[in-house]
Amino acid sequence: MSVRLTTLTAALTALAGFALQVSASEAKAPTLDDAAGRYDIDGSSQINFKVGQVGGGGISGKFTKFSGTFQLDRGDISKSVVEFALFPETVQTGEPRIENFLRSTAVFDTASYPKIVFRSTKITRTGENTAEIEGNLTAKGTTRTEHFEATLTEWNRRVIGFRIQGGVYRTRYNMSVGIPIYSNVVQFDMMVNGEKH
Amino acid sequence: MLRNGPDAFGWVTILLHWTIAILIAGLLVLGYVMTRPDIDPVLQFDLFQWHKSFGFTALGLAAIRAVWWLAGRHPASVAGLSTPERHASFAVHILLLCLTLAVPVTGWALASASTLDIPSFYFNLVVIPHLPLAKSAVAEALWTTAHAVLAYGLAGLVLLHAGAALHHHFIRHDAVLVRMLRNRWRDG
Repeated sequence: MSVRLTTLTAALTALAGFALQVSASEAKAPTLDDAAGRYDIDGSSQINFKVGQVGGGGISGKFTKFSGTFQLDRGDISKSVVEFALFPETVQTGEPRIENFLRSTAVFDTASYPKIVFRSTKITRTGENTAEIEGNLTAKGTTRTEHFEATLTEWNRRVIGFRIQGGVYRTRYNMSVGIPIYSNVVQFDMMVNGEKH
Repeated sequence: MLRNGPDAFGWVTILLHWTIAILIAGLLVLGYVMTRPDIDPVLQFDLFQWHKSFGFTALGLAAIRAVWWLAGRHPASVAGLSTPERHASFAVHILLLCLTLAVPVTGWALASASTLDIPSFYFNLVVIPHLPLAKSAVAEALWTTAHAVLAYGLAGLVLLHAGAALHHHFIRHDAVLVRMLRNRWRDG
């Protein structure tokens, strides 16, 4: 008797929880509209990249020092602005010689160009939780227009998180070394978290 | 004409000899230049890739040369060589043959064991797989040392070999050098 009661209680609780979830998502899904405000990109973000190589595999790495802000406009996401800067000196790949090579004049030339900067120029909503970010990327003294896909992954009153993905042609930034052994395209897959200002 | 004769080299031997000789000379210069510490990093990367492609070419030709040497006939020694000279010549030639194989193989091994894991993309045409070696800094350092020691050993032997050829030509006025330059035997 008590076993059946426990089972029933558990089932009811699960059902109630499900119903609560459904109503919560219907009433207040974490959409871009609700997230308006200014956020500072925090250190929990992951700025990951990968450059494929011929025959499979490639160089995967991340940047550990960066900063930036999201300014999300209430009601009109296209008026939002993303600013981001990273310090290529902090590149990590797990192989110090590759890191030093990336810092050298062959790639980032961190001594002359310590910062890589992105500033959005146009944000277009592409779905309930997705947007395309167009903006100017400045690296190694060259500025070009790039596109990234953003997906809202987390949001509450304090924190917002996006997964931001996009490919960048490195030849545009005078970083052509190693082509065609290494791909021209640098694939970024970033988890960018912001804390409300 | 193509094969070696009783006392002359055929065109295959002559062509392989000089192609491998030019490759070795070029690879030694490349290998030295590309490992200078103050070299431009882009130039260094590109020179390494050229070195690998030409190195694999040298390995392939040296393998053909070794098979040709094992399968074919060897012309008789030039008249006037003493027994110790013939033995020394034979030893140097065997060592040269072995090193033309061993030096590129150790280079292949070092590229394979390197934690850099840079693919060998033969003249940007085809990927040559790495040898099945565990990648570690220790293994890479070991193969790098082996490659350098054997390469400089080969360079020394090439100087000895070339010096002997010049000595035979200019001092002893025999056919040692000339018969590696032109093919003058007729099938009897």
